[in-house]
Amino acid sequence: MSAAEDIPPGAATAPDTPVLSVEGLTVSVRANGAERPLVEDLSFTLRRGETLAIAGESGSGKSITSLAIMGLLPPPAVRASAGRVIFGSSDLLALGEAGMRRIRGDRIAMIFQEPMTSLNPVMTIGAQLVEALREHEAISRAEARAQALAALKSVRIAQPERRLDQYPHELSGGMRQRVMIAMALALKPDVLIADEPTTALDVTVQREVLDLLRDLQRDMGTAIILITHDMGVVAEMAERVIVMRNGRMVEQGAVSQIFGTPQEAYTQELLAAVPRMGDGATRPGQPASDTTPPPVARLDRVDVRFDIRGGLLGRVTHRVHAVEHVSFDIRAGETFALVGESGCGKSTIARAIAGLVPHEGHLEVAGRVLKGLDAAGRKAIRRDVQMVFQDPMAALDPRMRVGAAVAEPLVIHGIGTEDERRARAADLFARVGLPPEAVERYPHEFSGGQRQRICIARALALNPKLIICDESTSALDVSVQARVLDLLEALKREFGIAYLFISHDMAVVENIADRLAVMYLGQIVEMGSRAQIFGNPQHPYTRRLIEAVPVPDPGHVRAPAPRLSGEVPSPIHPVGSGPRRLDLCDIGGGHLVAGDRAAKEAAA
Amino acid sequence: MSAIPLSPRWSARFGRQPMLLTGLAILGAFVAMALLAPLIAPYDPIYQDAAVKLQPPSLAHPFGTDNFGRDVLSRVIWGARIDLQIAVIGVIFPFLIGTAIGTMAGFFGGWVDALFMRIIDVVLAFPFLVLMLSIIAILGPGLGSFYIAMALVGWVSYARLIRAQILVLKTQDFAVAAASLGFSRLRIMFRHLLPNALAGSLVFVMSDAVLVLLNGAAISYLGLGVQPPVAEWGVMVAEAQGFITQAWWITLFPGLAIVTLAFGFSLTGDALADLLGVHE
Amino acid sequence: MRRYRFVLFRPFQFIPVLFGISIITFILVRLIPGDPARILLGTRATPTAIANIRAQYGLDEPMWVQYLYFLKNLAAGEMGKSTLYKIDTLKLIVTRIEPTLALVVAGVVLALVIAVPFAAISARRQGTAADHAIRIVSTAGIGFPSFWLGAMLIILFAVRLDWLPVSGYGNSLGDKLLHLILPGLTIALSLSAVIARSLRAGMIAGLSSDVAVAARARGMPESVVFWRHVVPNALVPTVNLLAVNIGWLIGGTVVVESVFAVPGLGQLMVRGIFSRDYMVVQGVALTFAVATVLINFLADIVTVALDPRVEL
Repeated sequence: MSAAEDIPPGAATAPDTPVLSVEGLTVSVRANGAERPLVEDLSFTLRRGETLAIAGESGSGKSITSLAIMGLLPPPAVRASAGRVIFGSSDLLALGEAGMRRIRGDRIAMIFQEPMTSLNPVMTIGAQLVEALREHEAISRAEARAQALAALKSVRIAQPERRLDQYPHELSGGMRQRVMIAMALALKPDVLIADEPTTALDVTVQREVLDLLRDLQRDMGTAIILITHDMGVVAEMAERVIVMRNGRMVEQGAVSQIFGTPQEAYTQELLAAVPRMGDGATRPGQPASDTTPPPVARLDRVDVRFDIRGGLLGRVTHRVHAVEHVSFDIRAGETFALVGESGCGKSTIARAIAGLVPHEGHLEVAGRVLKGLDAAGRKAIRRDVQMVFQDPMAALDPRMRVGAAVAEPLVIHGIGTEDERRARAADLFARVGLPPEAVERYPHEFSGGQRQRICIARALALNPKLIICDESTSALDVSVQARVLDLLEALKREFGIAYLFISHDMAVVENIADRLAVMYLGQIVEMGSRAQIFGNPQHPYTRRLIEAVPVPDPGHVRAPAPRLSGEVPSPIHPVGSGPRRLDLCDIGGGHLVAGDRAAKEAAA
Repeated sequence: MSAIPLSPRWSARFGRQPMLLTGLAILGAFVAMALLAPLIAPYDPIYQDAAVKLQPPSLAHPFGTDNFGRDVLSRVIWGARIDLQIAVIGVIFPFLIGTAIGTMAGFFGGWVDALFMRIIDVVLAFPFLVLMLSIIAILGPGLGSFYIAMALVGWVSYARLIRAQILVLKTQDFAVAAASLGFSRLRIMFRHLLPNALAGSLVFVMSDAVLVLLNGAAISYLGLGVQPPVAEWGVMVAEAQGFITQAWWITLFPGLAIVTLAFGFSLTGDALADLLGVHE
Repeated sequence: MRRYRFVLFRPFQFIPVLFGISIITFILVRLIPGDPARILLGTRATPTAIANIRAQYGLDEPMWVQYLYFLKNLAAGEMGKSTLYKIDTLKLIVTRIEPTLALVVAGVVLALVIAVPFAAISARRQGTAADHAIRIVSTAGIGFPSFWLGAMLIILFAVRLDWLPVSGYGNSLGDKLLHLILPGLTIALSLSAVIARSLRAGMIAGLSSDVAVAARARGMPESVVFWRHVVPNALVPTVNLLAVNIGWLIGGTVVVESVFAVPGLGQLMVRGIFSRDYMVVQGVALTFAVATVLINFLADIVTVALDPRVEL
């Protein structure tokens, strides 16, 4: 079974004996002549067939730990400077490259966060699988190909024969991760290290991949080290968890114990920051009133399409139907959320409202119809609508001091004198919780959360009626995300701003939205208040989205769901045709649900 | 390409850049050589002394003498004046013209962009030196013709570079953010996009200077640029070719001067690329 | 095969560029001050010859009609008669293509042979003395003037060591190859510096890429990781770099042919310039431009073959 004969497989057969144990592992990086630890004095054991999660925020050292176990730390700057990693009877840190090579892939396999960049783009899937198999087993090319096919079948990939001759870019993200898993498990390793295996995937795809991992583990008895930042994934997948922070272990224990009675303050804070479905219901919502406040934005049958040119003459042959017949209102002072998976058109709507992409249909903001506005009208609209983006580093001009960046909208709109603008910038910095002296610094001198605060301060500068948050907290660590969400909530109460909150994260939306719309392939499939959508989801796609969210509660029992591997249809249609339009009907209290055959397709 | 900012601390990083310091030291040495040529050159660069023809390197003539008995060292020193001028003037005009056109193309888009892009495609279809030579063939040999030909042909790389940068930057969040804040297109263009795009072309200026220097010297070598008896390194190599079997030093030293100056430009360009975070 | 469909329709997209090229070459000669007939025929032309060429090129008509005449003549394979060689320019050019083509091919092949191993050593031993030496030499190598490098190679290999011929081209195949070594090497050395830098950067990025880390995690030996997972991905941008630099490379042959007296197109052009043989200058410029377009087309095909993601 194994090429590494010197490590007796019997060492790891008894159920409670550790298959892998890490003792006092320290990983250091050498920079500017000094050694700095990235991981310090980490010890843990992995038992046969169990799933051990290593959880932590960015910079906690969790990924470095996995690379250290594999002997793949980037030389020469980073190295394991102390400790032992015992696998079977050998210390992997002392094994040397040749010995490690026989272990890697064969006895300890690994899968990565980005299946696209981890697969070789110029080799077919089959060639990569065959290469990995033949590296460790003396088998013929034909045998290897047969095993590769079997491996693809085991990860329940659709049309496995066809996949063998395809290149990675021809597969969807979920399929690529299945291929990575097939490659990792083809040699039936004792240990699988999964480094953020579902972070880059949509939530429904994540669900499928997590289910697959759990099933395969049950069948093969592989021990898994699961590295993740997502406490929901930890609760669902792991038996034990190690919480790390700044390279040190904060706490470890059984999942039920860590989630139920966390001992350390950091663990408690981390768990408190995790958005949970159901928290929103306890939040003081909008004061119920009979008169609905006037809308700050109104969309009526809005379409956004992008042309695709092709052929010899570069004529428009196809169109991307990014947004199709979307209608909704955003009322003053409310948080309206758009949720859906990547490519559903939610960000395109945001850009249409901000006047950044052309649209068809009726779209008005703060009482002005967007279409046909003159320059002055467009400028006035820009005062009312502001945007906050996902990546705050990319959203700030790298060569401009942040104080100037925050004051710049005031300059454009001719507001105040130089001194007044400077005072306003300092005031805005205080509002978003940044020290006033920060105005003199450049974007790269801040952390991610601070940069997002700067972007929020800039968005506030003109006292807008509507702020569009396009995945504004998605790139942040959960504790930072929680604080930014609190800030948004406080600003809303203080200034009466409305938010259009665009997110893929159902739990976050459940926490902060007053009303929301669920989008699929450019269309709204369900819309209503938070209570209506989360309390009584009607559309099968909405249900699927909600059920797919990993629940950060080890006691949570998941209803058995059919395990499918569907591919999302394309929003690209030839000129002259388009998607079937969904009709929304009110099932009471403004709760709109699409009722169409397409709805069933969406759910499948 | 991506850009990281020039922070206030960049002066601190500047001090830790051996590559940049070496590059600038080389460039500085050549500038000093050019400025001080009358003071440091031991002989008149065009004075012919029949008594010392084709002398190998010696104490009196460290780089030897050529077939007219001229001192090779003095000619190399005086040559710095011409060749530095070639590199600088040959880069500045294409840079200015190309940046202006690239900015316009990126800013206006539409048919303006399409027109300039077609022109650029056609100019780039010609091998650079071939088009230069064709233009010089019409204008007649000489340094002036070289500069005119450079301005007519050299702008395309800058225009393409700037345009490409602006198109990329335009789609980045900070440009979209600026647009969503109601900034005018002019302001976004000149305040936010162009400064970021220029970082890339500043690096390109340095590698372009190498190419311009090589082209200028090559055209002079072919007899179509600087004319004898002016001391220019390409001309010197051309004049030495008849004596290649007897006097290697007349060929060696002017070539080494070109290599060293080009190395100075390359090092400075590479160091700037690191410093500005520009990757080609 | 669908990905290679562009081979069929791409040539149609060349049409505007080819028109542009013809316009530029046409304008170039018309810009010369003086009577175009005398310019085309030289100062010693007979009145009959002048009358003939006026009719053939429509020199009394407006400029745009003259351009149509120019195109008509081109279509008929007429590039005008060389005043220096007294034969039709096209025939002259055809006889000169071989040495130039051989020089370009020799240059590219030798450059790859030199650049790939050095880039590999440099990338795999990043930070070592070997890497530093290769980096410094390749940085300096970009600044080596080809006319000087050629002369130095002549001094070393032809004069001092007397291994190879000083200049010329030769008649038999073996003789031609022998004569190609030094000029080919001259082109290759400068080109390999450019290629080695790009390859090294691509290889270093590749060695720390997810693809490489994932391959190592599957237990691949470092040589497999490098040659199968790093190098193919690093080659794709290098082919593009070669295509972008092809104009520079062809320009280089003009100079190198002069240094080594290789009877190719470049030498023909330089002679044409000195003897005011504008038909030849125009013809060679046109030929070089069309060749550049074709080589870029070839590079596109190679890119599609190397990278399955590319759709043209």
